[in-house]
Amino acid sequence: MFGDDVDTDQMAPFATLTSGWDEIKKAMFPERRDFVDSVQPGDIIVAGRNWGCGSSREHAPENLKKLGVSAVLAESFARIYFRNCIAIAFPNAACPGITQAVDARDEVELDLETGIVKNLTRSRQLRANPYTKEMLDIVAEGGLMNRLAAQIAASNR
Amino acid sequence: MAQKVLARAAGRNSTQAGEYVTAKVDRIMAHEAFSLCVMKLMKIGVNQVFDPEKVIVILDHYFPAPTQEMAAGHLMARSLAKSLGIKHFLGHAGICHQVLTERGLVRPGHLVFGTDSHSTTYGAIGAAGTGLGLTEISYAMATGELWLQVPPTIRFVLEGQARAGLMSKDVILHIAGKHGTEAAQYRSIEFAGDAAERMTIASRMTMSNMGVEIGAKFAFFAADSTTCDYLFERTGENVEPFGPDTDPEYEETHIVDVAELEPQVARPHSPGNVAKVSDLRDVPVAQAFIGSCTNARLEDFEVAAKVLAGRRVHAETRLIVTPASQDVHLEATKAGFVQTLLEAGAHVTASGCGACPGGHNGVVGPGEACISSTNRNFRGRMGSTEAEIYLASPATVAASAITGKITDPRDFWDGTTL
Repeated sequence: MFGDDVDTDQMAPFATLTSGWDEIKKAMFPERRDFVDSVQPGDIIVAGRNWGCGSSREHAPENLKKLGVSAVLAESFARIYFRNCIAIAFPNAACPGITQAVDARDEVELDLETGIVKNLTRSRQLRANPYTKEMLDIVAEGGLMNRLAAQIAASNR
Repeated sequence: MAQKVLARAAGRNSTQAGEYVTAKVDRIMAHEAFSLCVMKLMKIGVNQVFDPEKVIVILDHYFPAPTQEMAAGHLMARSLAKSLGIKHFLGHAGICHQVLTERGLVRPGHLVFGTDSHSTTYGAIGAAGTGLGLTEISYAMATGELWLQVPPTIRFVLEGQARAGLMSKDVILHIAGKHGTEAAQYRSIEFAGDAAERMTIASRMTMSNMGVEIGAKFAFFAADSTTCDYLFERTGENVEPFGPDTDPEYEETHIVDVAELEPQVARPHSPGNVAKVSDLRDVPVAQAFIGSCTNARLEDFEVAAKVLAGRRVHAETRLIVTPASQDVHLEATKAGFVQTLLEAGAHVTASGCGACPGGHNGVVGPGEACISSTNRNFRGRMGSTEAEIYLASPATVAASAITGKITDPRDFWDGTTL
């Protein structure tokens, strides 16, 4: 669980943009070391408003992905960060009301296609802002680079 | 203006807010991220860019190279740019947004993608500039196009004659403080009103630059006679004005009474955590920094020089000044501003992003406070996560450098750039 306005410098500090993973992991979220130390593969981050504000650095969602985070559900997202997530096929969805509907360690499920978010622990259901078909397609294809590679392969055929 | 640019870029007569289009890009700006983009493309067998005249490369974030690794990175970027036939490889002429604007490489009505979030700066000359990450820029570099949602537009009408001590930075900080860091999330901004019309291009660039700090996708000023004169002076070419249609649709309109404003400061750790400078007394600063794509232009040098002329930087404070471009550095030197700053005890560095993102040339240490003319004061932004960064106009930064604590610029300066 995170609050509002968590910026990209916390997810990817500038000094680590060219560093190896161990160094990056040590520097991420200086105020939330508890999170970095305890995160498990498949975990979902639940956050407040304006998650990912700041830089265009794609390292921010990449680093979260590398930590094993499977998705981020936030009240709202900063737009460049959000676009980066689609481009690298990392499911992030804006889900108004999510911070009130989930407690830390609840079991939560996200269906990107329908936008349905289920809190299995508390048997509650919310609706995230749905992805467009284009966004779903990019994620399903594994990101924009995969799409481009497929386009090139098709044109060479 | 966003709808007009995106309609043209998508080959349509018109567009509606909320719809998705595939838009053709007019310019792609890539800084050090260029090499990473090219490598991504090469990995999947793409060995050319869609148009070598439209992809512009410049090295600013790590110039002059602080490490051997970065020096090698610059060399690689240079060689990749050459092999791809990049027409505008601008080397280390300064900070990307400043150099592209002052050289007329971006024009009113253009759609511009940059590998930098502050690409909204191009809105100052009426261009739709926006920042994107590596993957999206790589895709656009290969194909020349990308999906975009047509954003709704909100308008800030800036009215009235500013009082002493005010710069455009104070206006945008006021907006961020009053309306919050999400005021323009997923939206395009248009700045209008008599105070906007009177602003120089330099002042407009500060406002458009920080549009992204309140979430904006684009942050436009209409390209008017000020814009056309600016571009003519620099390129010798006549440029057509570009502005909103006669009856544009705005999702919201906010009136900003500039005449009522006092100098503003954003406190740690958000650009939206804004107070009047007069409410902040006795905040000692170890570093004062005038630099970045936000506020390090000739106009900013002039104001800093006026504040510091005949005075001394406080013994326990360092004032670091990093010009936005080599051209700015030269002009500020010719005008005598650099000498005035040096005589006051400032350190003037080579142009580049420098201390702003915490790269080099003024990284702040634990327990230090820095007052800075830059755009972001996130925790750790300029170095230590235990440092505190305050954002303000160059006038306020210069005044604070004299006293060693956050200081109202009106103590030393009775002018305004607005």
